[in-house]
Amino acid sequence: MTLEPFQERIRDAAARGVALRLRGGGTKDFYGNEPRGEMLDTRAYAGIVSYEPTELVITARCGTPLSEVERILEENGQCLPFEPPHFGAGATFGGCVASGLSGPRRASAGALRDFVLGARIVDGRGRALGFGGQVMKNVAGYDVSRLLAGSLGTLGLIAEASLKVLPRPAAERSLRLEMPQERALEAMQRWAAQPLPISATAWHDGELLVRLSGPAAGVRAAAGKIGGEPLEQAPWAAIREHTHPFFAAPPLWRLAVSTVAPPLPLPGAQLLEWGGALRWLAGAGDGAAVREAAQRAGGHATLFRAREKSGGAFAPLGPAAMRLHRGLKAVFDPAGILNPGRLYAEL
Amino acid sequence: MGSRLSVVSALRAFLPARAVLHEEEDTRPYECDGLTAYRQLPMVVALPETEEQVQRVLQACAALGVPVVPRGAGTGLSGGALPTGDGVLLSMAKFMRVLRLDPRAGIAVVQPGVRNAAISEAAAPFGLFYAPDPSSQIACTIGGNVSENSGGVHCLKYGLTLHNVLRLRGYTIEGEPIDLGAEAPDAPGYDLLALAVGSEGMLMVVTEVTVKLLPLPQCARVIMASFDDVEKAGEAVAAVIAAGIIPAGLEMMDRPATHAVEQFVAAGYDLQAAAILLCESDGTAEEVDDEIARMKAVLSQAGATRMTVSRDEPERLRFWSGRKAAFPAVGRISPDYYCMDGTIPRKRLGEVLRFIAAMEKKYALRCPNVFHAGDGNLHPLILFDANDAEQLHRTELFAAEVLEKCVEVGGTITGEHGVGVEKINQMCVQFRPDELELFQSIKRVFDARGLLNPGKAVPTLARCAEYGRLRGRGGVAAAHPDLPRF
Repeated sequence: MTLEPFQERIRDAAARGVALRLRGGGTKDFYGNEPRGEMLDTRAYAGIVSYEPTELVITARCGTPLSEVERILEENGQCLPFEPPHFGAGATFGGCVASGLSGPRRASAGALRDFVLGARIVDGRGRALGFGGQVMKNVAGYDVSRLLAGSLGTLGLIAEASLKVLPRPAAERSLRLEMPQERALEAMQRWAAQPLPISATAWHDGELLVRLSGPAAGVRAAAGKIGGEPLEQAPWAAIREHTHPFFAAPPLWRLAVSTVAPPLPLPGAQLLEWGGALRWLAGAGDGAAVREAAQRAGGHATLFRAREKSGGAFAPLGPAAMRLHRGLKAVFDPAGILNPGRLYAEL
Repeated sequence: MGSRLSVVSALRAFLPARAVLHEEEDTRPYECDGLTAYRQLPMVVALPETEEQVQRVLQACAALGVPVVPRGAGTGLSGGALPTGDGVLLSMAKFMRVLRLDPRAGIAVVQPGVRNAAISEAAAPFGLFYAPDPSSQIACTIGGNVSENSGGVHCLKYGLTLHNVLRLRGYTIEGEPIDLGAEAPDAPGYDLLALAVGSEGMLMVVTEVTVKLLPLPQCARVIMASFDDVEKAGEAVAAVIAAGIIPAGLEMMDRPATHAVEQFVAAGYDLQAAAILLCESDGTAEEVDDEIARMKAVLSQAGATRMTVSRDEPERLRFWSGRKAAFPAVGRISPDYYCMDGTIPRKRLGEVLRFIAAMEKKYALRCPNVFHAGDGNLHPLILFDANDAEQLHRTELFAAEVLEKCVEVGGTITGEHGVGVEKINQMCVQFRPDELELFQSIKRVFDARGLLNPGKAVPTLARCAEYGRLRGRGGVAAAHPDLPRF
């Protein structure tokens, strides 16, 4: 299997100045600004390139189904610790890296970008390039592979990536507590300052869910400290995959804020994750007001799902940051043909 | 290009005289960093105290077209802070304040000249700590850690600098303010924070760092396990990970290293063993007891000939003291040592160690090994006498061969010390011309004229072509003719 077909296609598009829409399973078509351009389907370039559980690294091609990657890890008692959302059947490994999204365990385990060790890409000039590698520690050259995480295919086609993996936790337990948002935020802050094996939190509508993961002894001890009632069927998968009923009402905003920000007085329903650092807002939202509230809370807002995103999906960048972004885009994709506009209109 | 006089007078317009050094006796302490084999007096040293002064130093230098080399504590091991003779050495040593520590948010906002260990010291009263702990942590600064993406002995579990830094503020060479990342997760746009961390001071000058603080584990214990064969010890590491355990620390030292260390700090190492492993567990008392028992079972199964578990905190620290003092200890048994920093897939450890042993014979130089075994990061220490030019030459050849072996087995030339000036030729081996060209283009986005820390980390293609010719002739070390040596 070679990258030559991708390289040829990209070289040709660059020569013609035609936009390409890089796409795997299409499960994240809704994410970011509207995709445009001629379709370049990445799914033919698939397969796990290498996986050795004791090295804690998996390398796979972009078109590999994300579910296949997760299945082989599970068979070996390991996992992608950042719990990437699939958002539908057919999500690919490449799309997972390109979107850079992480799930419920992000606050404790880290984000997707924290697990990226290396990548092979085809840049906007059709060049096959490799960065990083398959080892945990590598500071040779600028960290291009992590730069690609979440770049939505605007810098290059992520043809292959190596991710660090970890053992699955030995034990897991979920708890349910009833409390209003303000008290839930306080509780999550208090717990975060203690060495507790909290692997996920979610608050919605007066109910705080807490998941503990790790060695059985530690999970047992922590459950005693946190209290609440044990939950057999906790909706972590539904929260991760947005199949929870909360996510049904558009528009859906995603506010990333400081964990110490107080409850945000915005119209619409809210669901909190990541110890309060992630606040989903559903069913309402005046763009300017939401963005301003997120900024005041030390963060930024993304218009995650909406029929109409004319104001842009992502929080606007300042002029200095935008200059650097444009400069980097010009380095990787001088003809501006790779997923143009998907991240920002200027890129 | 600015003359010394014009640079000094430009800087003195806004810096006090004591903050602008240009007499040789004053600039001499800045001629090298922790890689003392390379030395170069800077034209001028600037010691600003405020962000505004940093900005003005950069603006002044950019206006005069004068190169700027940023420097923290100067403990780096790759020559990343080696001055240029025609430029300004920008010392961030006066930026020593912890600006804000918010235990509720679990963050600290610090100036770049704050020492790594000082962050954990400031956080300790709140039951928190800053996780990355390079061996030089009592001296090295967070600014330097950011530049090199430093690791440490606990990074298998807790990550590198990259994983523990949330936000950076600073300036481009033109003095333009930049603010990367945020306290909130997933800052919008490209992950420029990831690009800046580990960029060896070539993209920006950092003036403020926001780091993540973690709750201090309630307790920690470490197993010291002996092996009669180095490769067996390597296999034991894989067995621990195969058992689903991520130790808080997992380090290996071979016999020459333990012997050197034991004379220096009396850590209590087993001097009969061919290699020892230090395998640490942290967490609650229950978790640690449970994990230590599981690790002991795995290590025993893997052929450990002797195991000692630390009984209390002083003993745990004593076991670690030897590992953390490995470099200075080796410095006691040899006039000089040259520390390598390759990372390899762990499964290739045996092959690489045999290769190093063969190189010891080939170059007639001793080379004890300390190894961040959990993450595959090797620190072979070549012992030599820098006063003997011929020995230095052999050392450089030895090191180049080992680093190129690391690349050959699928690893990298540097895991945590950076490329600097030291490994710049090996970059030509690890990357292809297109990739190097892309690095140079990224550099130009931030620094169009190449004034910030020039000549480090990313070789020019011309240099690589020259190095390729030398490698072809088998004369690797001669590729540094332009660098002054001590």
